[in-house]
Amino acid sequence: MSGLAPVTEEDLKSLALGAGILGTGGGTHPYLELLNIEKLYLQGRRVSLLSPDALGDDELVAEVGFMGAPLVTKERLPDPEQILKAYRMMERYARCTFRAVMTSEIGGENAILPFFVAALTGLPVLDADPRGRAFPEMQMSTFAIAGLPLFPVALADIRSNEVLVLRTVGPKWTERIGRGICTEAGAMLATCRPPRTGGQIKSHALHGSVSRAIRLGAAVRRARREHRDPADTVLEVERGLKLFTGKVIDVARRTTEGFVRGQAHVEGSEDHAGRLFKVDFQNEFTIGWIDGRLAAVVPDLICILDALTGEAIGTETIRYGQRVRILSLPASRLLTSARALEIVGPRAFGYDLDFVSAHIEGHA
Amino acid sequence: MRRIGIDVGGTNTDAVLVDGNTILGSFKTPTTPDVTTGIIDALSGVLARTKAHPASFKAVMIGTTHFTNAVAQRRFLTRVAAIRICLPASRSLEPFIDWPADLREKVLGEIVLLEGGHECDGRPIVPFDEEGMRKAARKIREKGLTSVGITSVFSPLTSEFEERAAEILRQEHPQAAVTLSHTLGRIGLLERENATLLNASLKDLAGKTSRAFIDAIRQSGLEAQLYLTQNDGTVMLAEMAERFPIFSFASGPTNSMRGGAFLSGLSDAVVVDVGGTTTDVGMLVKGFPREANNVVEIGGVRTLFRMPDVISLALGGGTLVGRDPLSIGPESTGYELMRRGLVFGGDELTCTDLAVSAGLIELGERARVSDLPKTLVTAAIGQVHRMIEDVIDRIKTEAADVPVIAVGGGAFLVPERMKGVSRVMKLPHGDVANAVGAAIAQVSGECDQIFHSMSREEIIASARAIASRRAVEAGADPDTLEVVDVEDLPLAYMPGNSVRARVRVVGEIA
Repeated sequence: MSGLAPVTEEDLKSLALGAGILGTGGGTHPYLELLNIEKLYLQGRRVSLLSPDALGDDELVAEVGFMGAPLVTKERLPDPEQILKAYRMMERYARCTFRAVMTSEIGGENAILPFFVAALTGLPVLDADPRGRAFPEMQMSTFAIAGLPLFPVALADIRSNEVLVLRTVGPKWTERIGRGICTEAGAMLATCRPPRTGGQIKSHALHGSVSRAIRLGAAVRRARREHRDPADTVLEVERGLKLFTGKVIDVARRTTEGFVRGQAHVEGSEDHAGRLFKVDFQNEFTIGWIDGRLAAVVPDLICILDALTGEAIGTETIRYGQRVRILSLPASRLLTSARALEIVGPRAFGYDLDFVSAHIEGHA
Repeated sequence: MRRIGIDVGGTNTDAVLVDGNTILGSFKTPTTPDVTTGIIDALSGVLARTKAHPASFKAVMIGTTHFTNAVAQRRFLTRVAAIRICLPASRSLEPFIDWPADLREKVLGEIVLLEGGHECDGRPIVPFDEEGMRKAARKIREKGLTSVGITSVFSPLTSEFEERAAEILRQEHPQAAVTLSHTLGRIGLLERENATLLNASLKDLAGKTSRAFIDAIRQSGLEAQLYLTQNDGTVMLAEMAERFPIFSFASGPTNSMRGGAFLSGLSDAVVVDVGGTTTDVGMLVKGFPREANNVVEIGGVRTLFRMPDVISLALGGGTLVGRDPLSIGPESTGYELMRRGLVFGGDELTCTDLAVSAGLIELGERARVSDLPKTLVTAAIGQVHRMIEDVIDRIKTEAADVPVIAVGGGAFLVPERMKGVSRVMKLPHGDVANAVGAAIAQVSGECDQIFHSMSREEIIASARAIASRRAVEAGADPDTLEVVDVEDLPLAYMPGNSVRARVRVVGEIA
């Protein structure tokens, strides 16, 4: 058993859509990243997915991702070579041979980045990630939750500036130092995070993230083809709840401490007629209430889909009049342990409330 | 001021004469393949009908789908050299990358990537490669290319490198026409570049069309200034339109909405324009169409263009009605309604026949629909009304009741009462709302860029000053300028309290 599965061009299109949904409002549909990987496929490159079970305990995996303002990549377009540069830096510094590449987060634009390195090096992409969604800060990861160090980190800008962060006193310091360098380098860096062993990944990473995103996206595309409700086709392939159906009637947005914060109100229709859904956001959607009662809490995923296209709606694109389907998908239990909730639970986002899950049967 | 508004549509060319706030008269005639003849016919028709003196009109405003159609049909396009100032960034996704292959085939002449561009805080990424630009200009000249699109990273923030590149191009290749991306658009390099290249590809057609319009006007004995309408409800001088044909894209729905605003006297309302095949529904905010937020595709090319936020519905006077089971559209008789509809002697049941049977309008021979079952007519009209009611609800920007202005030849299909609607207005001259919208258009200027470390008041004031300067450059009277849109979006992650501000200013023609 090689544990390898080829990724087709159709899978890539599905992955982009699914990654948008797992972005829970923070990450969006990775259009430019998808164009890049499609171009590499057109040149004959191919990528396979590697199951984490097929990793030897001592084999190493590189974790790549962007850091910075998503807006910058809309002007300075994402380039596979820049991600490859961060990967090569880590390879050189850690003097190691990587078995596979994985994404730093499956939600949003980052989902596609390991495919760049994989297409250019021939390595497979690992079917796992340390978030299972999108989060705003570097330390919000299952590896950091497990107490693994968040160093060394390789940072590459678009020129030939290369920075290695060798040691930090804690994950929050990696975030802080990285953020400062990022600002200087034009608010966007390619990063390669600490190498992780097969053993660490088996215990601490979220398995099946990439194939999950592909499955989600494929379900949305099926809904489009069959003129069905995307929420229904998504819930055929994913454990979760249809939280709410309605129309966005109000959005209040502001920026504090580097976050887009705000609240949106959704007026119920169909089986939710006469009811009101409120959702708070801090880059991602964090807490949802139905008629004032808590309905979904971070780290469970709140996914807002366009009722017609099934396309994920982000915290910067949600606006009055959109017809939406709101889903709650359960967070992995790696994100809901007592220690995990200190880092990614409601209190980490400034809420004085305890995590409660809408998914009673426990977590996948 | 006396003005003439002309709408050159796919089916009809409409002309309307306006004096200040009064409509003197209108005339409808079929559009001709050469466009010019249709315009001459419409002008002579409306001048004869109103007995107005041609010399008394100071301005002619034309709305046309000509350029949109050229891109959609891939005809009359000019080959373009694309210059992007971006390296070492943005190398992998080259210009034209997401264009449909057949359109790229027709337009791509040359691609050059050069070092330069800016960061989001306004610093250069690296110095601009001027020597490379000079070489590129010579190569473009040698290849015989005459239209060039130049795009630099973050040029909406600072246009420095695009301006310098244009200067070098002029020195080396004076015959080349050039489109600079910062004059067209917003943050979003690929989409802005796409708009730039599309604009450059319309260079020859724009010149030819503009001359045809001027000929039509002169042959009609008019000495008026010629303007073309833009998709934001304002106009530009013909000379400007020659350089920016892309601004006229999708001006049709905009003109009908602006016309609706003028005819009704309302500035905030939903406008429902019912034609023969489709119904366009848009939202007027302060007298202008609300713009779409999302990506707009033109002929299959992704742009972030200023476009009215319009929902189109396959419903119009010619829409076919199925009896068993009951269905409305989406097929339509289109321009053949006068031949195929029941009341006109045909044998197909259309929405117009329903309306005649229900007594909503008098058209054709009512006797030919007298045997339609009343239950069928009631149920079908009910369904048409629900379709319109639903689309109005989708376009609304607030939960409160809003007024609705119904225009277009099929306005009789819009119900008098709807949920969430305060009142429905159907107006004289509503069938030529499009040409009316062209006649009353104003001139605008816009600013959309990122500001750092300034108070909100300072940011809005700076953006307003830039937008006002652009409006005056485009032909507006400085004394009539008015801010119609202010939007500020705080940007997460970005350094130094960054805010993206958009301000739009309009004024009367100077």
